[in-house]
Amino acid sequence: MKNMLVVTSGIVAMILSTATLAGPREDLLAQYAAAAKATGFSAARGQALHTQSFSGGKPDTPSCTTCHGKDTRGAGRALTGKTIEPVAASVTPTRYTDPAKVEKWFKRNCAEVLGRECTPQEKGDWLTFVIGQ
Amino acid sequence: MRIPYRPLAIGLVTLAFSALVLARAQAGDRHFFAPVADPVVKEECGSCHLAFAPSMLPARSWQRMMGELDNHFGDNASLDAATAEKITSYLVANAGDAGGQRYSSKLLKGVAAGAAPQRITELPKWVSEHRKVPDWEWRHKEVRTKANCVACHTAAEQGSYDE
Repeated sequence: MKNMLVVTSGIVAMILSTATLAGPREDLLAQYAAAAKATGFSAARGQALHTQSFSGGKPDTPSCTTCHGKDTRGAGRALTGKTIEPVAASVTPTRYTDPAKVEKWFKRNCAEVLGRECTPQEKGDWLTFVIGQ
Repeated sequence: MRIPYRPLAIGLVTLAFSALVLARAQAGDRHFFAPVADPVVKEECGSCHLAFAPSMLPARSWQRMMGELDNHFGDNASLDAATAEKITSYLVANAGDAGGQRYSSKLLKGVAAGAAPQRITELPKWVSEHRKVPDWEWRHKEVRTKANCVACHTAAEQGSYDE
């Protein structure tokens, strides 16, 4: 029991230390957290958002996976036929390091898929999901 | 044995003629449209589709397109004003009617003087060049859209549109 406590606190400490090592991704997440007044982001919610089908956007792009593919670590494909680099940060490490670029694509893709802007909570959840992939 | 001179001669002439046409097609008529060299233009115009060569449309087409980015073939592709301005000047400077573009005058043949066509695939010359491509090829899952040049022109990103 005591051992488990030590391990758990160790993990918590590790998470905290990576969170405080503020890179562009962490800054971005912190911004979304502040905007959402969120207590936290969830990769599971992000995954649900990623795979869910919406009806508010364009009929030919009902879901993120329509273009990005079901496998986050595999390449996607735009309707134009153009290849899209995998969304998983582990496979495409250059991703999510330029806040303006992240915002640009949230703006475009949320409008196309959901037919509205994504909320800071949704953005934070989705980013948490793909950064962990 | 009687040698069939006439059919033989016709055959030879046909063969020689085809060889000549083929050689000309391979050597002389290269379809080169310089690819986008500017990194910002390449990034902004080449994320969703091939960054089409600016020399494939006249300047007025690019100007109109850049002014209607909020409805870019059905998508909202708006950019911040500074980026849009930078891209517009690059496209205009390298447009098909900007001069020094060797193959553009051919491609833009038949486009009315004041017209600002938006789709390269609707240029009269483009249509006639692709008239022999059957419907099923356009619908092929590796092609999907006429805007997907690289599906057939594998060196399109380098500016070459030879077969």
